[in-house]
Amino acid sequence: MSTRLPTQGRLINRDRDVAFTFNGTRLTGHDGDTLASALLANGQTLMGRSFKYHRPRGVVASGSEEPNALVNLGEGDTLEPNQRATTTEIFHGLKATSQNHWPSLDYDIGAVNTLLARFLPAGFYYKMFIHPRPFWKYVYEPFIRKSAGLGKAPAAEARDPDRYEHFYAFTDVLVIGGGVAGLQAALSAAQSGAKVLLLEQTPHWGGRTPVDGGTIDGKDAETWIAETVAALDAMPNVTLRSRTVGAGVYDHGYVLGYERLTDHAPEDRGPRHRLWRIRAAQVITATGAIERPLSFAGNDIPGVMLAAAMRDYVVNYAINPGDRTVIVTNNDDAYRTAIALHEAGLKVPAILDARPNGGGALMEEAKALGLTVKTGAAIAKVKGHKAVHSVLVTQQDSDGSETTEIFCDAVAMSGGWSPVVHLWSHCGGKLTWDATQAAFRPDHDKAPTSHDGQPFVIPAGSADGEMNLSAILQNAAKAGQTAATRTGADKSSDAAPTAEAPDEAPLAPVWMMPANAPLKLRAKAWLDYQNDVKVSDVQLAAQEGFESVEHTKRYTTLGMATDQGKLSNINGLATLANALGEDIPQVGTTTFRPPYTPISMGAIAGEARGDIFQPIRKTPMHDWHDANGAHWEPVGHWRRPYAFPRKGESVKDAVNREVLATRNSLGLLDASTLGKIIVKGPDAGRFLDMLYTNMMSTLKPGNCRYGLMCTENGFLADDGVVARIDEDTFLCHTTTGGADRIHAHMEEWLQTEWWDWKVWTVNATEQFAQVAVVGPNARNLLEKLGGMDVSKDALGFMEWKDGDLAGVPARVYRISFSGELSYEIAVPANLGRAFWDKLLEAGKEWDITPYGTEALHIMRAEKGFIMIGDETDGTVIPQDLGLDWAISKKKDDYIGKRAQARSHMTDPDRWKLVGLETLDGSVLKDGAYAIAGGTNANGQTNTEGRVTSTYYSPTLQKGIAMGLVLNGPDRMGEVITFTDGGDDTKTARIVSPVFYDPDGEKQNV
Amino acid sequence: MKRYSAFAVAREAVRYHSGWERAWRKVEPKKRYDVIIVGAGGHGLATAYYLGKNFGITNVAVIEKGWLGGGNTGRNTTIIRSNYLQDPSAAIYEKARSLYETLSQDLNYNIMFSPRGVMMLAQTEHEIRGYRRTAHANRLQGVDTQFIGPARVKELCPIIELKGPRYPVLGALWQPRGGTARHDAVAWGYARACSDMGMDIIQKCEVTAVRQSGGKVTGVTTTKGDIDCDKLGIVVAGHSGVLAEMAGFRLPIESVALQALVSEPIKPVMDVVVMANTVHGYMSQSDKGEMVIGGGADGYNNYTQRGSFHHVEETVRALIETFPMISRLKMLRWWGGIVDMTGDRSPILSKTPLENCFINCGWGTGGFKAIPGSGWGMAELVAKGHSPLTAEFGLNRFREGRFIDESVAAGVAH
Repeated sequence: MSTRLPTQGRLINRDRDVAFTFNGTRLTGHDGDTLASALLANGQTLMGRSFKYHRPRGVVASGSEEPNALVNLGEGDTLEPNQRATTTEIFHGLKATSQNHWPSLDYDIGAVNTLLARFLPAGFYYKMFIHPRPFWKYVYEPFIRKSAGLGKAPAAEARDPDRYEHFYAFTDVLVIGGGVAGLQAALSAAQSGAKVLLLEQTPHWGGRTPVDGGTIDGKDAETWIAETVAALDAMPNVTLRSRTVGAGVYDHGYVLGYERLTDHAPEDRGPRHRLWRIRAAQVITATGAIERPLSFAGNDIPGVMLAAAMRDYVVNYAINPGDRTVIVTNNDDAYRTAIALHEAGLKVPAILDARPNGGGALMEEAKALGLTVKTGAAIAKVKGHKAVHSVLVTQQDSDGSETTEIFCDAVAMSGGWSPVVHLWSHCGGKLTWDATQAAFRPDHDKAPTSHDGQPFVIPAGSADGEMNLSAILQNAAKAGQTAATRTGADKSSDAAPTAEAPDEAPLAPVWMMPANAPLKLRAKAWLDYQNDVKVSDVQLAAQEGFESVEHTKRYTTLGMATDQGKLSNINGLATLANALGEDIPQVGTTTFRPPYTPISMGAIAGEARGDIFQPIRKTPMHDWHDANGAHWEPVGHWRRPYAFPRKGESVKDAVNREVLATRNSLGLLDASTLGKIIVKGPDAGRFLDMLYTNMMSTLKPGNCRYGLMCTENGFLADDGVVARIDEDTFLCHTTTGGADRIHAHMEEWLQTEWWDWKVWTVNATEQFAQVAVVGPNARNLLEKLGGMDVSKDALGFMEWKDGDLAGVPARVYRISFSGELSYEIAVPANLGRAFWDKLLEAGKEWDITPYGTEALHIMRAEKGFIMIGDETDGTVIPQDLGLDWAISKKKDDYIGKRAQARSHMTDPDRWKLVGLETLDGSVLKDGAYAIAGGTNANGQTNTEGRVTSTYYSPTLQKGIAMGLVLNGPDRMGEVITFTDGGDDTKTARIVSPVFYDPDGEKQNV
Repeated sequence: MKRYSAFAVAREAVRYHSGWERAWRKVEPKKRYDVIIVGAGGHGLATAYYLGKNFGITNVAVIEKGWLGGGNTGRNTTIIRSNYLQDPSAAIYEKARSLYETLSQDLNYNIMFSPRGVMMLAQTEHEIRGYRRTAHANRLQGVDTQFIGPARVKELCPIIELKGPRYPVLGALWQPRGGTARHDAVAWGYARACSDMGMDIIQKCEVTAVRQSGGKVTGVTTTKGDIDCDKLGIVVAGHSGVLAEMAGFRLPIESVALQALVSEPIKPVMDVVVMANTVHGYMSQSDKGEMVIGGGADGYNNYTQRGSFHHVEETVRALIETFPMISRLKMLRWWGGIVDMTGDRSPILSKTPLENCFINCGWGTGGFKAIPGSGWGMAELVAKGHSPLTAEFGLNRFREGRFIDESVAAGVAH
């Protein structure tokens, strides 16, 4: 059982206890503990279960690379699965539970998979569960799904109570990583005069150096770090952020930072996470290095830990990781752990150094302390199940058959160090193999390049492959200066400090321990602890032809766990290279993808959630609609009233009432959502001639014209009324949903094709409130309001006029989408509601009736007017809709003209717009198809048309519909059959689409 | 080829699996083949497989620049559905979906087709009308879909928020036999079956030129030398334009990045695939437990298999509104693939101006679900010069304006 050591613990405050629970048990840690260190202090070495075999898992690392110690943090609305215990700072009331077991962490039924492991090698599921076929869906997959997964799923009704925010930052130099390299790089860049932002993922500055030791500028490392942080903090051109990970590097110096603001203090106010969206001229990746495990049998048993991580627990958190720890290594660094354990008063029965001649100065230091060093030695096997019992020691250059047993309760392993090259690689930085250190390091000749083709990422310190303290500082200072110089900073910076640390002897690559381990041992040597990928699995993949490192990864799931292979990838691909008889650099790495460590979905979404996810746009009359019982319909980013049902009235009845009231007397429509785009400039007419199918340049000021817009491919995209305001100004109405799209469409053409035309556009949709006053009494109402002459002679059909109505400045368009006498009146948005109220008040004597979108739709359908999105679906050209009259024959060109000349477009045998009347007066189904009889070559039922709009017409008291029918206009009077594909069939007669007032007598009064 | 089965696995377990043979043979190219397929992705391998299975043409090489299945076959979100609106699309996607049903047995390789059901949410009145229409069309096309109400949506997928403040869920188009499959396994299974028929799958072999004589294709030049063939099939997705240029013609294709991401794995919580097109996002849960998420394609052309953050931001935002419980999950990995988009967002399976040279490309954001049907039709086209499945997908349609536009039914990448 681990206990807290009487000395050490530089990061914990022993005077402050913190109470938390793990699997319901109340435990106590200290302020400054991580959840992992606090659990270890309480003797809880078993922390989870692996994914596939449900093997017992203890903590193996001390940072964000941890694959094993994952917990469900919190509960209910704040449950966060898969939280790394190693990066979780404990706080009062923290609740954690372990994952992936049933019924309990100690006794897990799923662990039966361990016994079956031989039957469950890499990719076993591709070879099994094939027969009988229905079993996959009903038996095998449900079982696999149930047993897979890792963390607990939040409840379906869980609602995250926390807030998240985005923050935009611009800097000359961004330094990612606050170890000694990052601090030095930031200092050098800042001294050179550059604006610097420094991010560190942990709460502490200085990285590993305070634990590893050494002196800088004659001071102990901890002092130098504190002084340097203080110096940086005092510089006006430097920003420091801890608990902030550099998550991803993207094109042109775009970087995502992920700041965890209140995870360590949930009671604090403010957002939980902050996503930094950084644009940096230069990025320095001072991201350090990660220690590699060694591949020996039983290297996954709780108690086997990375040597440096074990040192962290001893020095930083005063943890006793084991009373007797065997060290196994292929390099000098692990001797530091041996020395640290010895100094903490713990026993180190043996240091097994796989190198035939052992190490350098650190080995001598260990020996001088009386520690036993065995060179050329290896672990053949760790014995134990939920805890280490002993190790079987053998010669590295052997098959592990001859062993001696050493009893111990912990093992510290070190297979060398891999620079963290993730962020260097995200945006295309290439790697080179360093055979001396057996590691990939950044290839400076192939750095990620920015928009100007120049490199914008510089690696620094151990992330650049430097492992000696003095070299790290030199390298980092140079990185800082180079970055600053590239951004134009020209001040000189101080020389790098000198450092002293023991020289280290070279490591010897060890990818399998012992070198000639038989299959039996290789099948127990873990590469990926979380996903249970072993050396034998990678070898099996190679044997079966999965030779690409990407194939091996995908076949074995190596490196696909939540740590994304931070511990396993290099060991895995070295194993693959050996199996294939190739060199490691030839095999290469898998792609490094962002994020470096997982980031919360909440942080990605930021503030835009709930009501402000996509804010609802509101017309000036929105509140009136709401107060008067509007039945809402989402249209684009707006809500529009579908109808205004009265108390006790159905929506359907309300629609019918609104139609009849409008047709018989007076209706009122809030038309403010219609797009209003002002197009202005000497070339505005020429521009609109290209944009619309009809001629707009000949339109006289004061007049309106209905226009159609097509895509390049000739398909009808939008329609609306264009009003010419003056010689070089037009106002283009678009559909509600089309306003933003059409405005963007205009700008795209202006900016990419006709950039020399003198035209400016502005989307003025929200500047106006617009009301349609519709019905036989429309003119009476406006005359009652008074202020301008709206008589037939003064304001004819398709004309507009500026003036004054009831004291409100107004622009009145005499246009109609209903077939009635109709005025659309635009007033300044801020006067919209007042104007609306005046209309309602003055219209009482004619029983003025506000109507919604459905009445609008019915009235336009009765009149045979098309609706974009109903009659069109991106495959329909104006000619299909009988709109040939709106296509200018005089113009040389317009967008879509050439496309409409193609053979299929001019084919006379197309589906064309007609009216449809059921023989029994009933309403056709929306989207019903006309059956043509027979089937096509693919066995599909042949069709010859479809319903595009269908309504009950209260005016005509029967069902009316519009549809596209093969050669429709030539088949008037013919009866055809429509179906929904099921049993519902109806016969309908092809008629004119204009059901109401075909001669326009109602609107031209 | 040793057949895969539980018994075979048990037998091998005894000897620590030392007896498994290669899934596909390692070969050097021969001098000549009847048919060369360029591109060992799902579509290329499926084309080769059905050439052998349906037409007995087995003197076939599949040439791959990188590693087989390494393009979009291994980068998609594994959704399989056939609820398309237009007849030609519905035909080929439904053919694919129906072949997926038995593909594990056909290939003796468990591709884990999981017909868990796919729903496309209707969140506006306009979408309701569009999906009702699609359901009607699907029934006439022999595709089993139906329009379902909000209560049924919630029953099928309890983690959906029906009454989001912005876009309430008004219903959905539901295809109960749609679902997902293990994407890599589809490529591997086809490759193994092709190799077993004697076909050569040649990886790390880049085509550098298309050789021709008298307007007919005669072979290709590769980094492993010249290889002759009678017929050539180009099936290379994002890089189709490059190959077409070698063959001397141009394609109406743009290549853009499409991104996807996964969360960390959690215990099963979502049994169906949900696509929310109004807000632009879709999500399912893999058998491993990860929430698999996709959204829109980038707005600019490029060949880097990365992508821009703002699309991921919009997608995740949309999905948190749709599935609020994912807010505290974490994004584990995020990647991009290059998709080849045509003007009508439908594929090209076609003869080309170069005789005996055929092309299969333009699957855009929806290629994975089509793999078996695409291979089936393409094989027929290559073998016979005509296939009803591919007839409407010819290159000429762009010249004639005979588009197959699915924008009504699939206004989102998928």
